[in-house]
Amino acid sequence: MIKLVPRGEQSRAMAYMSPVLAGLLTLFTGGIFFAALGLDPLHALGVFLIAPVSDIYGIAELCVKAAPIMLCAVGLAVAFKAQVWNIGAEGQLLMGGLVGSAVALQFGEAEGFWILPTVLISGMIGGGLWGLLAAWLKTRFNANEILTTIMFNYIALYLLLYFVHGSLKDPDGYGFPESALFSDAATLPILIEDTRIHIGILFALFACVSIWVLMQRSFIGFQIKVLGADANAAKLAGFRHKHLVWIAMVISAALAGLAGASEVTGPIGQLIPSISPGYGYAAIIVAFLGRLHPIGILFASILMALIYMGGELAQIELNLPLAVTALFQGMLLFYLLACDVLINFRIRLRTAAANNAVTGN
Amino acid sequence: MDIDLITNILYAMVRTGTPLLIVALGEMVCEKSGVLNLGQEGMMLMGAVIGFIATLTTGSLLLGFILAILSGVVMSMLFAGIALGLNANQVATGLALTIFGTGLSAFIGADFVGQPIEGLNPYSIPFLSEIPLIGKMLFAQDLIVYLSFGLFAAIYWFFKSSRAGLTVKAVGENPHAANVIGLPVMRTRYLAVAFGGAMAGLAGGYLSLAYTPLWTENMTAGRGWIALALVVFATWRAERIILGAYLFGLASILNLVAQGLGYPVSPNILAMMPYAATVMVLVMLSSNVVKSKMHTPMWLGKPFHPGG
Repeated sequence: MIKLVPRGEQSRAMAYMSPVLAGLLTLFTGGIFFAALGLDPLHALGVFLIAPVSDIYGIAELCVKAAPIMLCAVGLAVAFKAQVWNIGAEGQLLMGGLVGSAVALQFGEAEGFWILPTVLISGMIGGGLWGLLAAWLKTRFNANEILTTIMFNYIALYLLLYFVHGSLKDPDGYGFPESALFSDAATLPILIEDTRIHIGILFALFACVSIWVLMQRSFIGFQIKVLGADANAAKLAGFRHKHLVWIAMVISAALAGLAGASEVTGPIGQLIPSISPGYGYAAIIVAFLGRLHPIGILFASILMALIYMGGELAQIELNLPLAVTALFQGMLLFYLLACDVLINFRIRLRTAAANNAVTGN
Repeated sequence: MDIDLITNILYAMVRTGTPLLIVALGEMVCEKSGVLNLGQEGMMLMGAVIGFIATLTTGSLLLGFILAILSGVVMSMLFAGIALGLNANQVATGLALTIFGTGLSAFIGADFVGQPIEGLNPYSIPFLSEIPLIGKMLFAQDLIVYLSFGLFAAIYWFFKSSRAGLTVKAVGENPHAANVIGLPVMRTRYLAVAFGGAMAGLAGGYLSLAYTPLWTENMTAGRGWIALALVVFATWRAERIILGAYLFGLASILNLVAQGLGYPVSPNILAMMPYAATVMVLVMLSSNVVKSKMHTPMWLGKPFHPGG
């Protein structure tokens, strides 16, 4: 019989080991899963995790996918640190994409260096306001942010569909629900020729550094951490609770909004109904997997981007449904949460003899 | 608006509210025991896909519903094993369950998208279903709707006047005290989670076997989340859950109402309504902090480890 014995204090080593262990267990289970489907597990895992990044184009694609995930996740880490459960990165990303697109389309074919920054900042504001709405409902009306942000995800999706089928639809688009292509002035520059990698990845890296500085070196970051660790202590110290909830929410939502604006001005180049394959939800997993720390999130985003690419390649080469991506994502989070038990508990195997010794028989 | 239209709206309201009612009742029992399982959406999807595949391959609706319920239970035990057995954060584990269930259901259902089955047909109770206005709403539904009325009554009674209901409440209010007086805290919680899973599985099965006899990816469309909100609005009381579920049923069929009244409204704006209504009601009912704290199970979402 397995027994959990509290450690007394948290194990730092296990906190770092647990994501690695979870990754290995996911790989192992994935192998069994592929074998059960009648595939050679090593070959299938190769297709899933190695083949996508075997050339420069693949590595560039990895960065294209990692960028929005990283932006969302590093923001979510701030919210989660404050114990603000923002599950709405997906909706905030969509709003960022929607508002960014609306602004980009206003400029038409106009040229100017200021167009792109305006578009991106509008996206951040769009996403940020969407998050602030949930923060306001939480602080003013005590409405549970988990539920409101999830509802806002659905509302954002239908708003986007409403506009892409309506006023933002390309009049010359033969009736497809797509906007016109953005002009060059409203498109993110490409970093490496013949690939899709754009400067969005630099935004993501910059966000990681900024959030690290904010959390480790600023008084706001300190207050956010105290609030998350012990709300009563934060109150006693005189920190303004509502203020901090707003800040945490607006930072995470604005970064998700930037991710959305970068997607429409970057790899997509127009507003379409499906601007995100669930990056906002994947970012929740990434935030946990990266231990809410920017460097951890950097690595976890790359892993998550790889799972997205592996899923696409497995669809083509192994004839598996695309949903294999979400399956691996869910499995990874489950294993992580299960392995995290080792941070606070030791596992003891109890034999019958030991049992008797404990009960004194 | 003529009387036939109103009769049909009431009928559709109950039908549309039924899956919400079932899953919300299950979640309420789970939360009363102090466990917050945010995995409803994932469990519903698994129930929907497994029930659908079972019925499609065997032709038996009964088997479909049984397997839908069982798959909800299996999923909920995955949650319980990690959240209760390994003391993991309940919010994160529930989210994981939804992400995993969404992926797994889409994966195993990929080959079954759009295939038709003969769904569960309504059964009109003679005479009673002839009553004007409410006859069709209450007595011309399918068997699962009648079952949901029964489930509502049973759960209402369970918490009102059964000893086991008292145990569940005690465990949710304060597991340490419950443990001291010898109540089986962990067993109660596992059972409550399993019941929540069974209800979510049944609700999912209702969607794919009766409501729209089809499987499509993500067909629950957030109903699991709305049900979670419903439990909060209902302040953990069954009689308010049934009211809320039908109100949301009404919000979801506004397109029918709008058509009946001759208003052309964008389908995307109409589709937004249940979610917007959820936020509005959530805001209205949570704003009284004292009152909402009073009704929330004290230990909701907090882990309890018998050894420490």
